[in-house]
Amino acid sequence: MSGAAAGGLEDRFGHTRVRPRGRLAAWLFSVALYGSCFLFFAVIVGLFLELLWGSRLSLGKFGLRFLWSTQWNPVTQQFGALPFLYGTVVSSGIALLLAVWVGVLAGVYLAEFAPRQLSFMLSLLIELLAAVPSVVYGLWGLFVLAPIVSSWIGPALQAAFGFLPIFQGTIYGVNMLTASLILALMIVPTITAITRDLVAAIPPRVREASLALGASRWETTYKVVLPLVRSGIFGACMLALGRALGETIATTMVIGNRPAISASLFAPGYTVASVIANEFTEATTNLYLSALIELGLILFVVSILVNGAGRLLLQLLVRPQ
Amino acid sequence: MASRAAQTSRLLSARHARLYLPGLGLIAFAVGSTHPARAATQITGAGSTFDYPLFSKAFYVYGQSHRDVAVNYQSIGSGGGIQQFTAGTVDFGASDVPMNAEELARAHFDVLQIPVTLGGAGIAYNLPGVAKGLKFTRELVADIYLGKVKKWNDPAIAALNPGVKLPNMPITVVHRSDGSGTTYIFTDFLSHVSPEWKEKVGTAKSVQWPAPSSVGGKGNEGVAGLVRQTPGAIGYVELAYLLQNEMTYGQIQNRSGQYVYPTIDTIRAAAATKPDVSSTNFSIVDAEGAESYPISGYSWVLLREQPRDPARGALVKAVMTWLVSKGQDLAASVDYVPLPANVQETALKTINEMKVS
Repeated sequence: MSGAAAGGLEDRFGHTRVRPRGRLAAWLFSVALYGSCFLFFAVIVGLFLELLWGSRLSLGKFGLRFLWSTQWNPVTQQFGALPFLYGTVVSSGIALLLAVWVGVLAGVYLAEFAPRQLSFMLSLLIELLAAVPSVVYGLWGLFVLAPIVSSWIGPALQAAFGFLPIFQGTIYGVNMLTASLILALMIVPTITAITRDLVAAIPPRVREASLALGASRWETTYKVVLPLVRSGIFGACMLALGRALGETIATTMVIGNRPAISASLFAPGYTVASVIANEFTEATTNLYLSALIELGLILFVVSILVNGAGRLLLQLLVRPQ
Repeated sequence: MASRAAQTSRLLSARHARLYLPGLGLIAFAVGSTHPARAATQITGAGSTFDYPLFSKAFYVYGQSHRDVAVNYQSIGSGGGIQQFTAGTVDFGASDVPMNAEELARAHFDVLQIPVTLGGAGIAYNLPGVAKGLKFTRELVADIYLGKVKKWNDPAIAALNPGVKLPNMPITVVHRSDGSGTTYIFTDFLSHVSPEWKEKVGTAKSVQWPAPSSVGGKGNEGVAGLVRQTPGAIGYVELAYLLQNEMTYGQIQNRSGQYVYPTIDTIRAAAATKPDVSSTNFSIVDAEGAESYPISGYSWVLLREQPRDPARGALVKAVMTWLVSKGQDLAASVDYVPLPANVQETALKTINEMKVS
C-alpha cells in the first residue's frame, strides 16, 4: 500500500488520481456485494418476523393444534391447517415426480442427441412455456385439462389401477390429479432448461475420453455425463418444487378448493397458497386474518424445510462418490 | 483482473455521475410539472368487487358531466374496502355486507352506510337434456347444499318437476371458493329457510360447506366454468354474470309459493318489500310478495359522517347523492338491479346526514 502511494507521488502521469479512485471503487464494490447479501438476509428475516407478528393472534389461540386440526370454519372462527398442508405437499410432490423424468430426459436429449436446428427450436419453445403466466395455465387446466381428466385419464386409471385407494371414488374434473398435472407442466420447463444447460456445459473431452475407452454413446451419457450433473439437476428440482409449492392461481382454478383430506387423487383438495388467495380479501375479523397469515408462515417454513432436506439429501447422495 | 477493476472504477467515476445526475433532475422536474395541469379533484374509493362494473360505468358517466371531479374506485374486495376506509386512506368504502358493530368500533369516527345497488344469486345447473326453468323449493336448495339430496332423480326433485326427465346422476355442489358477498347472500338465504343450515353452517362470506360432493370455484367465472363442464353440477352465480352468459338456471319458490326466476324485476320486488332497510337490518332474503325472488341482497357504500376535509366531503356527498338517484338509471345497462324508489329515499336521507358545512 505504502509502496503504491509512494510510487504515485513520483508519478508524473496522473496515476496518483487513478490509484485512490481504484481503491474507492473496490471498496464501493465490496460494500455493494456485502450489502446485497445482507439485503437478502434482512428481507427473509424481516418477512419471517412480520409473518410471525401477523399470526400472533392465531398462534396464541390455537397453538400447535393449528397444524393438525382439519377444521376451517370462518363462521365459528375455528381454523386448522392440515388439509391445506396436505394438499400443498401432495400436489407438489406428485408434480415433481411426474416432471423430473420428462424434464431430465428432455434436457439430456436436447443437449446430447437432438440435431442442432431441432434443439434450438425446441429450446425456444420450452423457454416460451416457462414464460406463460400461471393464470393461463389455470384457465387451460380448468377448461381443457379438467374435462379430459374426468372423462379420459381418470376412468382409464380407475380401470387399470382401481384397486389402489388413490384411484378410487367419484372422478371430479377439478381434483388433486388435475392440479398435480398442471403443476408438473409448469415446472417441466425449469427442469428441462437447467438440465440442458448443465449437460451442454460438460466439456467435450470428457465425452471423447469415455468414447475412446470404448463406451457407447448411451453409456457415456448415462455413466459419465449424468453423474457429473447430478447435483445440478437436484438443484433444478428444488427450484421447481419451490415454484410448485408456492403456485397459487393455477392450482386454485383446478384443485377444487375443498378443505378435506381424501386418499383419492380424484377428489378435490386445497392448498395453502390457494386458501390465502381465496379468502384474504374478505377476511374481516382479526383472528381470521391472523389464521391466514399463519398459513403463510407455515408455507414459508415448509419451503425452507423442503429446501434444507433437499440439500441434506444431496450431500448424502454425493458423498459416496 | 486488473483491467476489470479499472473498468469498475471507470463505471463509478465521478465524471459519469456528473453527466447523469442533471439528466435525472430534468426527468424529475418534467414529471412534477405535468401534475397540476388539470384541476379535477380525485375522489378515491375502495372495496367490493361486485360493485365494480356498476361503479366504473356510473363514475365515468358522472365524470363526463362533472369535469371537476374524478372518482377512482379500486375493487380490492369488501374486506379490504372496510380496512382502507377505517384507516382513512380512501374517501369512501364499499362492501357487500355493511360494517358490523365490532368493525364500527374499530373506526374512530361515525360511519354512514347507504344501500347502493342490489344483487342476487341464481341457481345454475348442468343436466344433459334438461332445459332452463327447473323448479326448486327453498327447502330443496338447502337439502342439496347440505348434501341430503344426492341424486338428480331424487323424488323430492321429481315431484316438483313432473314431465322433466331427470337423469340418475349424482349432484355435484359448486360454491364460491373466494370470500364473496354472493356467498353471504346465498348462505343468508339458506339460514333463513333451513334451521339445520343455520345451526350447522351459518351465514358468512366463506363457510365450511357440508355437502361431501362440494367443489369450489374462484369467482363467478370459476363457479360457472365448473358447472358448465361437470354434468350433474349445481351452483349459485351472481345475477349479472348469469344473464350475460346465458346459463341454464332454475326457478325458486318464494315465500308466497310462487316460482320465480332471478331477474332485475323480481329482485327489485323483493327489495321494495322492505323500504326501511338499514345497516343493522338489511337482510331481504326470503322476502314476502308474489313477485319477490328469495335470494337477493344489497351492496353498501361507507361514508364518514364528518369528512376530514369539508370541501372534499361536499364533492363525495354530491357524487353519492347522484349515484343513489339518477345514477340508478344506469344499473340495468350493466345487468345490475336499480334500487326501488322507496329505498332511494332512505339512502338519500342517510346521505344528507353528512356534515359538510
